[in-house]
Amino acid sequence: MVKTLFFAGLREALGTGSECLTLPADIATVGGLRDHLAARGEPWSALATTKNLRVAVNQQMVGFDAAVKGGDEVAFFPPVTGG
Amino acid sequence: MSVSVQQADFDAGAEIAALSAGRDDVGAVASFVGLVRADKAAGKLGAGETAAVQAMTLEHYPGMTEKALDAIVEEARGRWDIFGVRVIHRVGRLVPGDRIVFVAVASSHRGEAFAACEFIMDYLKTRAPFWKKEETPAGGRWVDARESDDHAAGRWQRE
Repeated sequence: MVKTLFFAGLREALGTGSECLTLPADIATVGGLRDHLAARGEPWSALATTKNLRVAVNQQMVGFDAAVKGGDEVAFFPPVTGG
Repeated sequence: MSVSVQQADFDAGAEIAALSAGRDDVGAVASFVGLVRADKAAGKLGAGETAAVQAMTLEHYPGMTEKALDAIVEEARGRWDIFGVRVIHRVGRLVPGDRIVFVAVASSHRGEAFAACEFIMDYLKTRAPFWKKEETPAGGRWVDARESDDHAAGRWQRE
């Protein structure tokens, strides 16, 4: 299982802030996980269309080529706007 | 306790005083306070329309936020000879005039304190997982990230 989290405008677009799912055996990167979720169609295609989507694995920002494995917490979100 | 993420307001004067309390080696405390502006919602309106920001809600990623801020403070400590750092970021609903963010850095001299304070703010803007949603008469809108913030953070990149 991986725990996925969604924040801000992406959370609103998806209508959910989190989902636990079984990682398909052929998915090894967070980019692959994003594509897998986006392929569900609306509203999940927001994962493919959000401009400059960011991703964090276990609360560390990473690139979309970063590895993902069972037990990870993977968060997708738009660019941050704090401060 | 150098980093706090909280709903409550903060007392900038008390925080600044605490950074040099009980020590005689602090020669400089540089600080920054960020406030909610009653801005126009730039770029999203038709000609002649204005939509003043009536309030904003700060969302964050509990757990990662604190880690990201800690990492930024550690990075600053590695770059400059600084004694104390205090970072406070508010979350929840805030209105124009409210304080949002506080950064203060104590050092022997002003140069290190100013630089580290600005560095922490620039990195916070691009690396800490906060998001602002503005309330305007035309409805709610998520604030877009600014390229100028990426440029500001990029100034500190090392070769």
